[in-house]
Amino acid sequence: MIKIVDLHKSFGENSVLSGVNLEIKDRETLTIIGGSGCGKSVLIKHIVGLLKPESGNIFIDETEITGLNEKLLSEVQKNFGFLFQGAALFDSLTVGDNVAFGLRNLTDKSEDEISKKVKKCLSMIGLEGIEQMKPSELSGGMKKRVALARAIATDPKYIFYDEPTTGIDPIMADVINDLIIHLQKSLDITSIVVTHDMTSAYKISNRIAMLYDGKIIGTGTPDEIKKTENPYIKQFTTGSSVGPIKMKVKAHGTDTESR
Amino acid sequence: MITTIGKKFIKTSDDIGNAFLLLVKTVRSSFSEKQDRKNIINQMIQIGIMSVPVTALTSVFTGMVLALQTAYSTRNIFNEPIYIGSVVGFSMVKELGPVLTAVVVAGRVGAAIAAELGTMKVTEQIDALYTLGTNPIKYLAVPRFISIVVMLPILTVFADIIGIIGGFFVSVYKLGIAATVYKNDILDYMRVEDLCHGLIKSVFFALIIVTVACYKGFNCEGGAEGVGRATTQTVVISMVMILVSDYFLTALLVLFGVG
Repeated sequence: MIKIVDLHKSFGENSVLSGVNLEIKDRETLTIIGGSGCGKSVLIKHIVGLLKPESGNIFIDETEITGLNEKLLSEVQKNFGFLFQGAALFDSLTVGDNVAFGLRNLTDKSEDEISKKVKKCLSMIGLEGIEQMKPSELSGGMKKRVALARAIATDPKYIFYDEPTTGIDPIMADVINDLIIHLQKSLDITSIVVTHDMTSAYKISNRIAMLYDGKIIGTGTPDEIKKTENPYIKQFTTGSSVGPIKMKVKAHGTDTESR
Repeated sequence: MITTIGKKFIKTSDDIGNAFLLLVKTVRSSFSEKQDRKNIINQMIQIGIMSVPVTALTSVFTGMVLALQTAYSTRNIFNEPIYIGSVVGFSMVKELGPVLTAVVVAGRVGAAIAAELGTMKVTEQIDALYTLGTNPIKYLAVPRFISIVVMLPILTVFADIIGIIGGFFVSVYKLGIAATVYKNDILDYMRVEDLCHGLIKSVFFALIIVTVACYKGFNCEGGAEGVGRATTQTVVISMVMILVSDYFLTALLVLFGVG
């Protein structure tokens, strides 16, 4: 279980998280939705220890991680798999070495075992036989799937998906959605997804939480979110420019705000 | 105005402190952890062997022009070209060999390190390393640090030899000086301390290049533009620091009787 208590983070004078409270149960898929730049990615980077908060606590299975030193934190990080927005595959390594990277650094497996595991992970995401290819030879969708194989290779307890369907075509986006659901069922893991793609959020989530103005303003099942009367969540999920969420738009050289 | 100067001063102090901390962590990690030999050898080839042609070209012409200038100057004063071997030898071994090689390596290798690490930073590959249980300092900075600290002095000795050979050809075939005179001019006056003087400086220059390049790469922000900025800053800062520190290192080494 992951528990976030009163988390605060600013970058300079820009306050991004201002008191986030959230609980993620074991074996659920929780999707965090919110507008671009609202701090969704910042929030999950705090959970995996890539960023340090100014105040607040993050508990991973009862272990408070914000005060941990590098060594202890890396022990906790062994439970995590992370799919980055741009895939973040290592350009200098082959697909096989990318998927094997965590296995070589975090486990004592032999090269033979690693090779078998890499094959298994690639077959799970439907990309067998591409071990020798370089990331530069792959399409955007293939990169995301290889990154997913890399994230699951170490058998993590928690997988974090940062905008898994952004930047790929709708059909490939649905393939990724299906993969997330399939992995969730077959590996029995906890998934935390960050997205602003509502089609994806409704399809893959057990629960959805909305981040707005540095706080979680509501959580619920996809059905509850669809029927919500919260005007902020309603405006976001319906994608309307009319509502309480004000967006700064620049038109004809003048700053205006949406109604 | 005062606020702007104050902010710049704080930022510069912050950068210097953090770069120094990065160097300390890198040195500590180089000695305390098991190293990836394959990665280090690969870096040595990239940093050392691949820099040989440009180092040779620079130093051979430097040696040649030194011989020519010395000949013209001594001819004006003493009516004959004398001490050409001594001037070329001392200049190459104590000053031009280490400084020119460091400047060439800063331009070729420093820029490449900053660009590579900077690209990895902006594409979240550095974050990916953390999530896969790998410390980026150990995986990226240490192999580059070890390689450049070993290879720059070797390249410097190579540059010294090539520069002296360049001076030899000009002296013998253009100025008509006997080969034994040129050789004796060097061997009669040159001491081991003079060679050490140049080599100690080249180790310091290596530390400057790798620290600036890794720091700028690891702290790169702002996409492609940021990578370009980090690369340019690395070359400019390294070159300025090499030239400025050269004076102080020379004064210090002479004070301690090295060369």
